[in-house]
Amino acid sequence: MTGEFLTPVDAFTVIDLIFMMMLVVVGIAIVRLKDLFAVVMLSGVYSLVSAAWFVSLDAVDVAFTEAAVGAGISTVLMLGAMLLTARRAAPTKPARHWVALIVVCATGAALIYATVDMPSFGDPLSAPNAYVGLEYLKRTVPDTGVSNAVSSVLASYRGYDTFGETTVILTAGLGVILILGLGGPAVIRKKAAPAKSKTSKAEQDASAHHVVLRVVSKLMIPIIIVYGAYVQFHGDFGPGGGFQAGLIIASAIILYALIFGIEAAKEAVPPSLVRLGAALGVLIYGGVGVMNLMLGGQFLDYNTLNPAHPTHGQELGIMFVEIGVLVTVASVMLIIFYGFTSRQPDISDKDW
Amino acid sequence: MSDLLQYWEVIRSYLAGIILLCGGVIVFIGASGVLRLPDFYTRLHAAGVTDTLGTLLVLLGLIILSGFTLLSAKLALVGLFLLLTSPAATHAVANAAHIAGLKPRLGTIKSETSQEQNGDKA
Repeated sequence: MTGEFLTPVDAFTVIDLIFMMMLVVVGIAIVRLKDLFAVVMLSGVYSLVSAAWFVSLDAVDVAFTEAAVGAGISTVLMLGAMLLTARRAAPTKPARHWVALIVVCATGAALIYATVDMPSFGDPLSAPNAYVGLEYLKRTVPDTGVSNAVSSVLASYRGYDTFGETTVILTAGLGVILILGLGGPAVIRKKAAPAKSKTSKAEQDASAHHVVLRVVSKLMIPIIIVYGAYVQFHGDFGPGGGFQAGLIIASAIILYALIFGIEAAKEAVPPSLVRLGAALGVLIYGGVGVMNLMLGGQFLDYNTLNPAHPTHGQELGIMFVEIGVLVTVASVMLIIFYGFTSRQPDISDKDW
Repeated sequence: MSDLLQYWEVIRSYLAGIILLCGGVIVFIGASGVLRLPDFYTRLHAAGVTDTLGTLLVLLGLIILSGFTLLSAKLALVGLFLLLTSPAATHAVANAAHIAGLKPRLGTIKSETSQEQNGDKA
C-alpha cells in the first residue's frame, strides 16, 4: 500500500475518534477521583464533550439537549445535592472494587457483543435509515409543513410517545417533591427575612464581591430567556423545541437564584406557580389531544384543528404541544432545584 | 469596486486561516499555561486571558470565512456573549478562591521545577 489508505478516513471520523477518546479519559478520571466537587465538574465536561461529539455526528437536537441538561442543569442540581451530603466520596472496601469491576466488565462485554448486530454508521440500508425513517423524511414537509423532521416526528408522528415523556417528567417532579418536600411555602413572607441576619460577615463580604457577576447576569438573563423563546418557536425549522427551550428558561431562573439568592428567585417565580406549571404543561398537551377528539378526529390528530388546511392544523398542534412540553420541563427543573435548595444543609446525622 | 471585491475574495480564506491559526496557537498557549504554571491564580490567568482572546480570534476567522451571511451574525453574537461571560466567569472563580482564603504563591520556584519565567505575580 503506497500512499493509499485501505479505507478512506475522512476528517469527521478522526474528530469522532478524538471525542470518544476524550470521553473515555474523562470517564476514567471520574471513576478514580474521590473529590465529589471535581467529579461533578468532570461530569459536566463529559456532557459537553459528548454534546460536541453529537454535533459532529449531525445529531444537533440531541447535542442541544445534552449541553443544556448535562453541562447546565444537572451540574447545578448535583452541586445542590452535594451540599446536602458530603464533599468527598466515602472510602469503599477494596473487595467491593472487584465486584464493581466484574459488573462493569460483564455489562461492557454484553454491549460490545450487541454492537455486532448493529448496522454500520451511516448505512443507507439500515432499518432506521431505509423504511420508516425515510418515509418520515419524505413526508414531513407535505404532511406537516415542518421542515425539521426531528420536530415533526417528535411532536406529530410520535406525539403519543412525547406525551408519555412529558408525563414521565411530571412524574419525576412529583417523585422529587415526595422525597425532598415542596420546596418551601407557597407564599414567601417578608417576615421570614431575619434568618438572613445570621449570615456571617464573610458571606456579606462575598455578596459585596459579586458586583461583576450581578451586572453581567442582569445583562444575560433576559437574553437567555429570549433565546429560550427563539429555540422554542424556531424548533419547526432548526434544532430546538420544547425540551431544550424549557431547560434554557429554567437555567436562566436558576442562574438568577444562584446570584441573587434563592429567596429573590422564589419571589420572582414562586414555588406554587412552578408546581402549577408542571401539571399545566401536561394538561395543555393532553388538552390538544382531547380537543382533536372533540373535533371528530383521533387523539393528537392535529389535522382536525384546521380541516381546510391540514398542514396548518399540524403546525398549530405541534406549536401547542411544544408549549406544553416547555411549561412542564421548565417547571419540573425548577421544582427539583427548589427541592434541593430548600433543604437545610447544616443538619448532620448526629443532630437528630 | 468589483476589483476590490475580487481581491477580497482571494485574500479572504488566507486571512481567515491566519486568524484561525493565531486563535488556535493562543488557546494552545493557554492550555499549556494551565498545565505548567505553579499555582491557582497564575493558572487562572493563563486560562482566562487566552481563552477570551483565542476563542474570539477563532470566531473572527470563522466570520471572515463565512462572509456576509446570517451565520456570521450568529457567530458575532456568540462572540459578544463570550466577551461578556468569559471574563465574568474568570472573575467569579478568582473571587471565590480569594474569599475562600486561598493565598497566591509568592517567591521564586525551587530548582526542581525551574520554569523560571513564569514566576511573576502580583
